[in-house]
Parts: sequence; C-alpha cells; structure tokens
Amino acid sequence: MSEAATAKKIADPGLDQSIEKLTPDRIEATILRVINQENSARLKTFVDTCVHCALCSEACHYFMSYDRNPRYAPVGKVKNTLWEMIRCKGKVSKEFIRDAAQIAYTECNLCKRCVHFCPFGIDTAYLMTIVRRICHLLGVTPQYLQDTSHSHSATFNQMWVKDDEWMDTLQWQEEEARDEFPGLRIPLDKEGADIMYSVIAPEPKFRAQLIYQAAAIFHEAGSDWTMPASPGWDNSDMAMFSGDAEMMGRLKRKHFDTARRLRVKKIVMGECGHAYRSVYDMGNRWLGYKEMPIPIIHAIQFYCELLRAGKIKVGSQVKELCTFHDPCNTVRGMGLHEMGREVARAFCPNMVEMHPNREHNYCCCAGGGVINCGPPHKMTRVHGNRIKAEQLKATGAKVVIAPCHNCHGGLEDIIHHYKLNMKLMFLGDIIFEHMQKPGAAE
Amino acid sequence: MHSLYSFLVGPMVWVSLLILVFGLIGKFIYLTNMAKKRDPWVFNYLQLKYALRSIFVWLIPFATMNMRRNPVMTVVTFAFHICLILVPIFALAHVIKWEEAWGFSWWTLPETAAIIMSFIVLGGLVFFAARRIKLPEARYVTRPQDFLILVVVALPYLTGILAFYQIFDYQTMIILHILSGHLMLIAIPFTWLSHLLLFPMARAYVGSEFQGVRNVKDW
Repeated sequence: MSEAATAKKIADPGLDQSIEKLTPDRIEATILRVINQENSARLKTFVDTCVHCALCSEACHYFMSYDRNPRYAPVGKVKNTLWEMIRCKGKVSKEFIRDAAQIAYTECNLCKRCVHFCPFGIDTAYLMTIVRRICHLLGVTPQYLQDTSHSHSATFNQMWVKDDEWMDTLQWQEEEARDEFPGLRIPLDKEGADIMYSVIAPEPKFRAQLIYQAAAIFHEAGSDWTMPASPGWDNSDMAMFSGDAEMMGRLKRKHFDTARRLRVKKIVMGECGHAYRSVYDMGNRWLGYKEMPIPIIHAIQFYCELLRAGKIKVGSQVKELCTFHDPCNTVRGMGLHEMGREVARAFCPNMVEMHPNREHNYCCCAGGGVINCGPPHKMTRVHGNRIKAEQLKATGAKVVIAPCHNCHGGLEDIIHHYKLNMKLMFLGDIIFEHMQKPGAAE
Repeated sequence: MHSLYSFLVGPMVWVSLLILVFGLIGKFIYLTNMAKKRDPWVFNYLQLKYALRSIFVWLIPFATMNMRRNPVMTVVTFAFHICLILVPIFALAHVIKWEEAWGFSWWTLPETAAIIMSFIVLGGLVFFAARRIKLPEARYVTRPQDFLILVVVALPYLTGILAFYQIFDYQTMIILHILSGHLMLIAIPFTWLSHLLLFPMARAYVGSEFQGVRNVKDW
C-alpha cells in the first residue's frame, strides 16, 4: 500500500529551503495555535465525524486521474496532514510539514466537490485551508505562490502592476477601442457611477484585450460605470490561498473601500472564480461582514441581467458545437450554473453538456492557487486532470466556454497536453464577438 | 452468575444509558459552545429550513448523487442502519425487560424478523470490513481501531443470535450479550460511532452554508 501511495517530491525552494529554518518548538506552537485557537468547532466536528469510509475519493480529479492512488483521495490528504498533526499534538518533523505543504498547496484545488460526496458533508477544502494556514505561518509556501502574495502585500495587486502602468493600460485600451466604438470611454475614478468594474491583475498584465471587450459591452449596454484609478482595482486574492488571512482581509477591505469611495451602487467583477470566492466567502467573513457589504455580482450575473433586460442583443451566433464548464467558485460557490447556461445558449444554439456537470462538475485543476504555484508543479496538475480531458473529449465539442480565469489556465494546459483541439472562450469573448454593436463605427 | 446478571440488567443499564446520553449531550454542548466562541461562521448562517432539508435528503436512499453512484453501498448502509437501530428497541426479549422494570411495553418485532435483521446487521459489518480490506482508498485510511469498532458493534448482535438459538451455554451467552451491548452504548460518545449525533450537526451546518449562502444544493 505505502508504495502505491507515494508521490514524487517536487523540488520547490519555497518548500525545501524554508523548512530548514524550522524548529520543533515553532512547528508545535504554530500547529497548536491554528488548531486550538484559530479553528475549532468545525475542524473538530469534521475530524471526529469522519468514519474513514473513503466515499469522498471519486470526487477528486487527482484521485481519478492518478489511477485511483489513495494518496489523492480527499480523506487520504487529510490523513497525511491534519490527522497526524492532531494525533502528535503538533510534534511533527519539518519533512512532514514539507510534504503537508505539497499536498495542501499543489494536490488540492479547494474545489469542494468532495463535500457533495461525503454523507456528512465534511468540507475537505476547509481542512486543507487549515493546513495551508499552518504552512503559511511556518513560512513554508510554494515560491511562485508566495511571490504573488508578496505582490499583493506590496502593491495591492497580484502581478506587481505599478499604479501608472494600470492607468496607462486602461487609457491604451480606451484609445484602441475608440477606433471601433467612437464614443467609448473607460471612465476612471468616476464618483457616483452605478457600477465599479474590478478585474484581476493578469488582465492589465497579459490580457488587456479583455478590458477592451468589457468596455465595449458596457458601452453597448449603455451602463454608467467606472474603474478605480487607485489600488483596490484588483479583486484577486492569492493571499487567501497561501494562508495569509491577514493580507486577504486587507485586500478585500481595500476593494470594498474603493467602491465606497467611488460611491457606486454595485461592483461588477470580471470572469474570475477565485476573486469571487474571496469577496463572498472568505475575505468578507474574515472582515466580519456576514455578507458582501456592497452588492457584488460576477460577470455571469451581469451578462445575464443585460441579456434579460434587452440591453445587449444577440447579433450572430456561434456555429460550432459548444460545451459549458462550470467553475467551482461560481457553481459550488454561488449556484450560477443556470445563469451561465442562459447566457451561453443565447449565443450558442449548439450546446452539449459535459458529464457530470453543474454543481457536480470536475474542477479545472488550476484553481485554489495551484496554477499560481508555478512551473515546478505544472505537470502535477496536468497529469492530475486527465479525467477532465476525457470529460471534455467525450462531448465532441469544438468550443469550451469557461467563465473563469483560473479555469482558462488549467483547461488550456490540458487541451494542449491531451491534444483535444478545442477552443477555449470566456462568455465575454462570445458576447463581444456576437452581440449587436449599434455603437460601432461603420 | 445470577447477581452479575441482575447487576447488568439493573444498575448497569443506568450507567450505560447515562454515559451515552450525557456523553452525547456533553459533546453537543462542547461543540456548540466552541462554535459560538470561535467559529461564528456556523451560527450566523444556520437556517432551520436548509439544515432540516440537508439532513432529510441524506436520509433518503438514492436521493443523492453519490448514493446513486454506489448502489450496493447504499443498499447495505441503509439496511444496516435501519436494522441496527430497530432490533434493540423492538426485540421481544428487550421489550419484556423494559416491561418488567417500568411496567409498560410497546410494539415488538416478530422473532424471525428480529433474527433476520440481526443477520443483516452482521452482514453489513462483514461488508464494511471487507470493503475496508479490499478497496485500496478505504484500506489506506483505515486504522486498526476502525476494525475494532466494527467488532464492538457486531458483538451484541452476534451474541443475541447465539443466545436466541441457545448455541453454547445460554447463561454465559446472555451475559456476554448484555456486556457487549453496554460496551457498544458506552463506546458511542468516544469513537466515530458518535456520528449518530455529529451527522445531523455537520449536515445542519453544511446544508445552511451551501443552500443558504452558496445558493446551491449540497447533495
């Protein structure tokens, strides 16, 4: 059994070098602090309730993709991390912490699919965030992930985007878009606008055309909107995934405060899943807000509202066979599966479902900060999501619609690796391409 | 022998029941207090409707996706749990004992049915044990104590059957039967058998969190 359940150690300076600084006392004190003081009732209930039946195993794409290796079963991951930490009352070795970090950061996407499989509803994703919290406090975090977290701390955005670069990018995209839509503006810091549009830092950094597209959609819909000129524009949150709860709180406060400063009625977020998780689930609650302190909607909801209200209209349709991938954070996080399909169907008459779907959909294997752990861990997740590749292939679709940045990253890699020959699109890509554009230049 | 018997069906019943009830109540109070103090997520989002719906759905055979994916496990689990609970409450010999002690009785299971149901309990336990041995992912997370718990649950039903058919010495068997029954009741609060209580507690939270906050079903 033990030989079947071993996994390759992936070299990562953030893990290998960091553990050298650890002392047994520090490990013990940190584990006890997190287990006994920061987390208690849910952790205890989940650990005490578990009857070790392993019915959660098939929920996990890693387990399914790695030939049912029990190490990757959700309960197997808990066994190799928290069970041992609790049993030894925190007296574990630094090598143990290193392995626990590899499991919690790179072999679990916190997608919560296993919650649907457990008869007791044990939330293994929550348990893995506890392990990550311990590792963060011990300074044992994957190097790439920690770098994005440092960027959050230093700049309040994930990609070291400087303040002037941010505004420059928006004005550049505005200028580009005005060739196509002469009256278009990307209103910066407009106080009292209806909507503040926030995005994740990879948009200005690598995918500026997404800001162009969003601006075009806002323009055609006649929305009164703005984007902030100050830090607080980035809604992403890798600190949430590295276990840096304090920084997560600061980031979310900045985001909410920016919307308050601009006195907007609501925030619309781009097509990102984890950022959404950090505003409705983790960050808001860390700050003590029971719900979101200012209405925030995901792009899926926004597009759906625009279509229902007739503010954007279907111009042309996608001819190819399309399928819809449900991101964990919009489905198991906010139940947006039907809204997403409503938008997709309006533009794509030829839709085919992947199975399983909706709240039972397989994860993209990029989320939960796993893709942000960088190149060293890339193949762990690509091989760890063979099941998703098979699921996509079985649809026979030519286009995969995925309204989440992380999902795009993860799916792109498996589409390439497993040679699926599929095109990956955001809802925004489809709307931009196929909506009626009366405001466009002739 | 006789005085041991009287002790086991007399004062010891109180001891076991008190340990069971107060063990579970203590666990409930301990966890809810802890949640109130340090885990505000639990109570702030608890909603009776969603809590009950989650518990209810997970008590219906084949109502959830994972139950449909594992039909054999589902049938065995439900048959096992139903028999496990009904037999001790409605077995004729047990009801007679209650009547002797308290002067009132209730409906009883026909003896053949009680025996068949006890066999179903044993069969279920054999299935669970075999599953833990055969299924790699279950074997990986099974500890020796997990088998011990299965044995603790099996003993009262096994000795009950042996006593009923008067296989081996009846007197000894009945004493073993009662002893193992006490052992099982006492073990409940201190092992994962406490999922008797923790199942509704965990589901109440998860149901409220998923249906109430996340707007999505949890089954």
